[in-house]
Amino acid sequence: MRTIFDCPQHDRMDGLFPELDTPKRGVEALIGEALLRKTPPRIPNVCEPTVARHYTALSKLNHGIDDGLYPLGSCTMKYNPKVNEDLARLPGWASAHPLSDTALVQGTLKFLHELTRLLAGMAGLPDVTLQPVAGAHGELTGMFLFKRYFEDRGDAARCRILLPDSAHGTNPASAAVAGFSVTQIASNDAGMLDLDALDAELDETVAGIMLTVPNTLGIFEEGIVEIAERVHAAGGLCYFDGANLNAFLGRARAGDMGADVFHYNLHKTLSTPHGGGGPGAGPIAVSERLMDFLPVPRIAYDGEQYSLDWGHPRSIGSVHSFYGNVLVAIKAYAYILQLGDEGLRAVSGDAVLNANYLQEKLKQVYPLPHDQLCKHEFVLSGKGLADGISTLDIAKRLIDYGIHPPTVYFPLIVREALMIEPTETEGKESLDRFVEVMQTIADEARETPELLHEAPQRAPSRRLDQTRAARDPVLKYPFSE
Amino acid sequence: MRYLHHSAADRREMLASIGLSSIDELFRDIPKKVAEAFEPLDLPAHSEQEMVDELTSLAALNTVTDKICLAGGGIYDHYIPSLVDHFLLRTEFYTAYTPYQPEISQGTLTVMFEFQTLISELTGMDVANASLYDGATAVAEAAFMAERMRSKRKVAVASSLFEHVRRVLDTYCWASGIEVVELPTLPSGQCDLSSIPSEISAVILQSPNAFGVIEALDGVKDRIGETLLIVSAHPMSLGVLAPPGEFGADIVVGEGQPFGLPMSYGGPLLGLFATKKEYLRQMPGRVAGRTVDTDGNVGYTMAAQTREQHIRRERATSNICTNSALCTLAATLYLAAVGGKGLRRVAEINTEKAHYLADRICSVDGYDLAFPGPFFNEFVVNVPGDAMCLHQTLLDAGYQTEPPELLHGFGLENALRIAVTERRSREELDRFVAVLETLGGSR
Repeated sequence: MRTIFDCPQHDRMDGLFPELDTPKRGVEALIGEALLRKTPPRIPNVCEPTVARHYTALSKLNHGIDDGLYPLGSCTMKYNPKVNEDLARLPGWASAHPLSDTALVQGTLKFLHELTRLLAGMAGLPDVTLQPVAGAHGELTGMFLFKRYFEDRGDAARCRILLPDSAHGTNPASAAVAGFSVTQIASNDAGMLDLDALDAELDETVAGIMLTVPNTLGIFEEGIVEIAERVHAAGGLCYFDGANLNAFLGRARAGDMGADVFHYNLHKTLSTPHGGGGPGAGPIAVSERLMDFLPVPRIAYDGEQYSLDWGHPRSIGSVHSFYGNVLVAIKAYAYILQLGDEGLRAVSGDAVLNANYLQEKLKQVYPLPHDQLCKHEFVLSGKGLADGISTLDIAKRLIDYGIHPPTVYFPLIVREALMIEPTETEGKESLDRFVEVMQTIADEARETPELLHEAPQRAPSRRLDQTRAARDPVLKYPFSE
Repeated sequence: MRYLHHSAADRREMLASIGLSSIDELFRDIPKKVAEAFEPLDLPAHSEQEMVDELTSLAALNTVTDKICLAGGGIYDHYIPSLVDHFLLRTEFYTAYTPYQPEISQGTLTVMFEFQTLISELTGMDVANASLYDGATAVAEAAFMAERMRSKRKVAVASSLFEHVRRVLDTYCWASGIEVVELPTLPSGQCDLSSIPSEISAVILQSPNAFGVIEALDGVKDRIGETLLIVSAHPMSLGVLAPPGEFGADIVVGEGQPFGLPMSYGGPLLGLFATKKEYLRQMPGRVAGRTVDTDGNVGYTMAAQTREQHIRRERATSNICTNSALCTLAATLYLAAVGGKGLRRVAEINTEKAHYLADRICSVDGYDLAFPGPFFNEFVVNVPGDAMCLHQTLLDAGYQTEPPELLHGFGLENALRIAVTERRSREELDRFVAVLETLGGSR
C-alpha cells in the first residue's frame, strides 16, 4: 500500500498561508536557538493534486456503510444521515472557542441542555452528562461516580464490580481503571445472568454490577428488574451498558429497570457516524443517588440564559477537556428531532424484526446456540459447519461477496461466534441476499473449502498476517529503506 | 420515516416467517413492569427541512463567530485547508468503524500508520498510537502508564498545566489512588525543577505551558533518572521547537486540534500519545502495523492488540476502544496538505505574530508580560485596572479573549492570556492595540 511518504516530493509548499504582514524578526531571535529544532521532521511535501489522489485511492480500500451491508454485532452500523454532516459544519457550531463567553454561545448551550433533557427522558433518569466521548469513557465515568458515591458514604470496603461472562471487554477494563476489582459471573444455559450465582457474590464488598441490556447474545435479561433489586438491596449500584439501546429505543427505559447509570453510544444508536473508530460520544444518564457527583461543568438554565455551572463541590471533577464531543452531540440531537417518539419506536421495531428474520433463516444453516426470540442481534456459531473451517474463514469469505463480516469470536461464551446485527436501515432485499450468501458459503465450506481458506480474493488485500504484525511490530514508515 | 425500508406488506411477511403477527410481539420479553412504566418524550417528528431550519437558527445564536478570536488555552483558531474536509466527507472513511477486518479497511489502517509516523517525527519519539480522546485524557493515560511501570503511587506535575488538563488528571488520579504533587513556577514562567520529590512515578510538564512559556527540557531527564518524563506539547509548536524526544522524554502527549480540527466548542478533539519503543507493551490505545498478505503484498493491520481491552479485559493497558479516528484523518490530511515546509512556515508565522502583538501591547502604558520566558503563539500580559472590564471592552470592540477569571487559579488576578495564530492579520492586531491605547494605561 502506498503511503503519503512514497508520493513524489515537491520542492515548494506555498500558497496556503499569506505572506507575513508583520515585520519579520526570525524565530531564532524570538525564541532562541537553544530551544529550536535542528533537523526538520520528515513530513513529506506533496502537491495538492497528488494528495487528493492519494486519499481518494485510500478511501476506496475501505468498506463503509454506504458500500454495503455491515452487520457488525454490538456496533449498530446503521445509515448515517447526510444532513447531520451539514449541520455539524454550520459555523455557529464549528467555529466556537470552548472558552468563549457563555453569552456568545447560547445556541450551543441551549442544544446541549435540550439534548441532556431528551437523553434523560429516554432513560427515565433525572440527569445526564454529555462529557464522556465514547462508550468506554461513559463506563469509566460511571465507575468514577460509583467510587465517589461510596467514598461519600464512607463505605471504602466496596471494591468489587460484578460482571457477566458475556460482557464486552471495555466493562472489566473500565472497572479496573477506576480501581475496582472484577468478579465474573457465569451465564446460565439460556444465556442470561444466573441469579443464584449473583446471590452468592452479593456481599458488603460489592460496589455494583455492570450489565449490558440486552446482553451481547442479543437476549433481554428476563430477570433485569430483580437483578437490580437484589443488587440495591445488598447496598450496590447498577451500571447498564447501553451499547445495545437500538433493541428497545422508544419502548423501555433503563431507569425503569433499576439503572443507576446508563450510557448511550451516540455513534451507534443515534446515527452519528463511527468515523473509522471515533470520534463517538458516550453520555451517561444517572439516578438520583449519583446526581450530585456528575462531572463539572454542567449546563444550567435559569429561565433566561444558559450557562456553565461549576458549583457542585461533591462532583468527581472533569473527564474531558471541555464539554464532550459537541459536534457529535448535534448530530444525535438532529436525529432525535427528526424521528420523534414515533420514529424512535419504529427504529427498534424494524431493528429487532430484521434480526429475528435473519436469525430464523440462518439457524437453518448455521448452529444457533441460544435459540429464542432475540433483540437487535443474535449469535451463530461457525463451529461444526465443516471440518477445518473456522469462523474466520466464513468472515473472510463474506468479504468476497461485498459484505462486511459480523463481529467474530465475541461474545467469548459462544465458540467460534458470529455476532450479527443488521440494524433497521437494511431492507428485505439486502437481508435476503445475506441469507443467500451465507447459504452459499455453507455449501462452499463443504464442497470447495479452499475458497474459504483462501478468502478474501476480491478485496484490496488478501488475508493479512496479523501474527507477524504482532510479533515484529513496524509502527511507522521505515524511512531508511 | 425515510431511513427505514419496509412496507407494511414486508413487515407482515417477515413477521409471518417467524410466526408472529405484530411488531409489539417482538418485545414480549421486556418485563411487564418495565414496559408499563415507559413514557415517551412527547416529541413530534420533524421533517428534515423543519429540523434544518430549527438548528440553523439555533446556531445563529452563537454570536461568538462574529468575534475575532484571540482565545487559546489549548484550542486555537487555525486555518484549515479546504482539502481536509473534502476527504473527511468521504463516506468510505466516516461511515466505517474500527478496522477489525483489515482486508477491507486498508484506507483507515494506512491513515493510522501515516499518522503514527507523522506524530513520531514531530515529537521525536519511536512510536505513536492512533489517538486517544483528547489532550487531557492523554495526560491522564500517560500518568497511568508511568504508574504501571513505576508503582510509586505519586506523580509530580508542573503547576503550569492547562487548567482543564489538570482537572481531568486530578479526577483520574483520585479514582486510582495516585497522589498528585505540584511543582511551582519560576518567575520566568518555567517550571521550577530544583526540588523534584523522589519516589514518584513521573514528572509531568507542559510545553509551551499554560502561560505560553516554553519549558527548558534540557537535562531534566538526566536529573530524574528512572522517573518517567512526560511532556504535553503543542503539536504545531513542534514545527519550530526541538521535539521533547530529543531531551529524553519518555512519553509525549498533546492536543491535536491545531491540525485540521475546528474549535467546535471543545469537541471532538484529538489526543496525541507517543513513547519509546521499549515501552510499547505499556502504551494505551490502538496502533496500526505494517505486515504482508498471503500474496506477499504490503498491508496494514492493528498491531500489539494484546495490550487492549477486547483481549486482555481487566488487565488491559487502558479501557479505551473507540478513539478519535476521523480526527487522526483530519490531522493527517492537514499535515499532508501543508507539508513539512508549510508546517515550519505556519509555526513561524504564529511565532512572529504573537511576538508582534505582545510587543505592541507592552508598549502601551501599564501593560507588561507576566512572564519573561520564551513563548510560541500564546502569552500572558498583566493589565492595568480591572481585567474583567477590559475583557468586556474588548468583546464590545469585536475581540474574543478568554475570560480572565480562568487565570485566577494560577494567582494571576489581573491578567489576560492571548493566543495569536496565522489567521490574525496585522490590521486586526493593530486595532486591538488601539483599543487598549484608547482606554489609557492608568485607568
